[in-house]
Amino acid sequence: MIQVRLRNHFPARPDSTPFTLDAAFQTSAGVTALFGPSGAGKTVTLDCIAGFIRPAEGRVVMGETVLFDAAAGVNLPPRARQCGYVFQNYALFPHRTLRENLEFAAERLPSLERRRRVNAILESFRLEEVAGRHPHELSGGQKQRCSIARALLAAPRLLLLDEPAQGLDHALRLDLYGALRQVRADFSTPILLVTHDLDECFELAGEMLILDRGRVLQSGSPRTILDNPASIDVARLLGRYNLLPVQIKALDPARDSSLLRFGEFDLAGPYFRGRFIGDNVTLFIRPEQLTARPRDGRPGPNQVPATLERAGDRPESVRLEFSNGIVVTAPRADFERNRHNKEWVVEFPAPWLRVL
Amino acid sequence: MLSTAIALALGLALAYVLANYAFRGKDVLDAALTLPLVLPPTVLGYYLLVVLGRDSLLGRMYETVVGSPLVFTWQAAVVAALLHSAPLLIKSARAALESVDHTCERAARTLGASEWRVFHAITLPLARRSILAATALAFARSLGDFGVTIMLAGNIPGRTQTVAVAIYDAVEAGNGALARTLVVVISAIALAVLWVANRLGEPAPRRSQAA
Repeated sequence: MIQVRLRNHFPARPDSTPFTLDAAFQTSAGVTALFGPSGAGKTVTLDCIAGFIRPAEGRVVMGETVLFDAAAGVNLPPRARQCGYVFQNYALFPHRTLRENLEFAAERLPSLERRRRVNAILESFRLEEVAGRHPHELSGGQKQRCSIARALLAAPRLLLLDEPAQGLDHALRLDLYGALRQVRADFSTPILLVTHDLDECFELAGEMLILDRGRVLQSGSPRTILDNPASIDVARLLGRYNLLPVQIKALDPARDSSLLRFGEFDLAGPYFRGRFIGDNVTLFIRPEQLTARPRDGRPGPNQVPATLERAGDRPESVRLEFSNGIVVTAPRADFERNRHNKEWVVEFPAPWLRVL
Repeated sequence: MLSTAIALALGLALAYVLANYAFRGKDVLDAALTLPLVLPPTVLGYYLLVVLGRDSLLGRMYETVVGSPLVFTWQAAVVAALLHSAPLLIKSARAALESVDHTCERAARTLGASEWRVFHAITLPLARRSILAATALAFARSLGDFGVTIMLAGNIPGRTQTVAVAIYDAVEAGNGALARTLVVVISAIALAVLWVANRLGEPAPRRSQAA
């Protein structure tokens, strides 16, 4: 288990605005994603854990080992922290072959054992054939796998990955996910993964932390967070919702129902605990939870008329953007039949409505 | 040659310290180390005479240990050349060490390597070419010293006379032929060394992508 509490102020620099890191979290086995926009402090957090940055306050504990404790004056150097770090640019040693890169990580082992371990990991990461090459002779995917293999060879107690999928094309990305799933299965090393890709969190992570402006806003499984974002900020960062201003018009706990006013339309929803009639709140709902159909006479219950402004093609669906800011993703076949229709109604399914 | 070797060892150590550690007085130390580049050689020579002369503490220590005074010997010429060339080497070596990709060094540290191991297995090989170039440059510069040498080592033919001083002598004595020969020789050596330095300073030729 890794417990992290960090607090540090970074003054403004020519290349960055002032920034305060104030993050606390703990993670256990498996993959934990550190999700957030650029400048949220994700990489800084990794650097603090690895020992490259010394925060003013805080504590980093890995299992029984205290890596850093500002109050007690403990600050282990990076080499003693046993944190494998996979850098964004891979940081392979350019003057050494791939095999020599790996051997560097296993230097403390006796030579026979080192050879065996290096060979084993070369094989499991499908790198045997290129073992004698220098990094500049490798493909992006090979470099990446080598960089992960090298970090694992040093037998780390925690693996830190800094945006490993950054700049990889789709095929390499799938390759990487495969490699990481393999690491998750074959090594018990917990992984802390920095990413700003929600799909990646779902793909790999059992747990995710939402980081913004140096603070952890929410933690939990990706699914839980997506279904129940803790705040409008989290919902905005996830970027997967319609966020619509509504007013609560009626609440009925006995029938588990409510009435929301959106513009000049009423929407029926479930009961919202802890809210009052007259509250101005934000309705959030994902585009795929809404349905759109061509307008035909008066709108029915929970339907909002809308004018189609733009239809964007997606591989399996169509993203419909309407005049009042509502976005709906619809199955391609449904949309094709009404491609030239301008006036639509959007239907809000009552049980799915959530407010923040 | 000896002075360049000493300058290399000393210069690398100082460059490493300057490149890697932040400490109070770092700027002052940096400035002091650069001073020999801009001060008139006679001033440097005077300083050295005061510090290393027969009446000074260091001079007397040297005399007790070695048995003969330092000033006006070939060893003094070495010290003069050292002082003259070291700043150049420190400056370039520091730049070379700082230009090495820091994530490589960081990666090595996370893999459990000690600072010394990081320096000699990662930083030094990656900065090797630039450091060699700096060394060649420093060597070329030590060839050209005149002022410091004549102040500290004097001008004793066959013992402390460097080429630069010998040329001065030859011209003074009206020996034009000797002066011309020496001038051509030292120009040729300097040109060759500078050419090597420039070649080394270029980025390493990439081996072509293996199929």
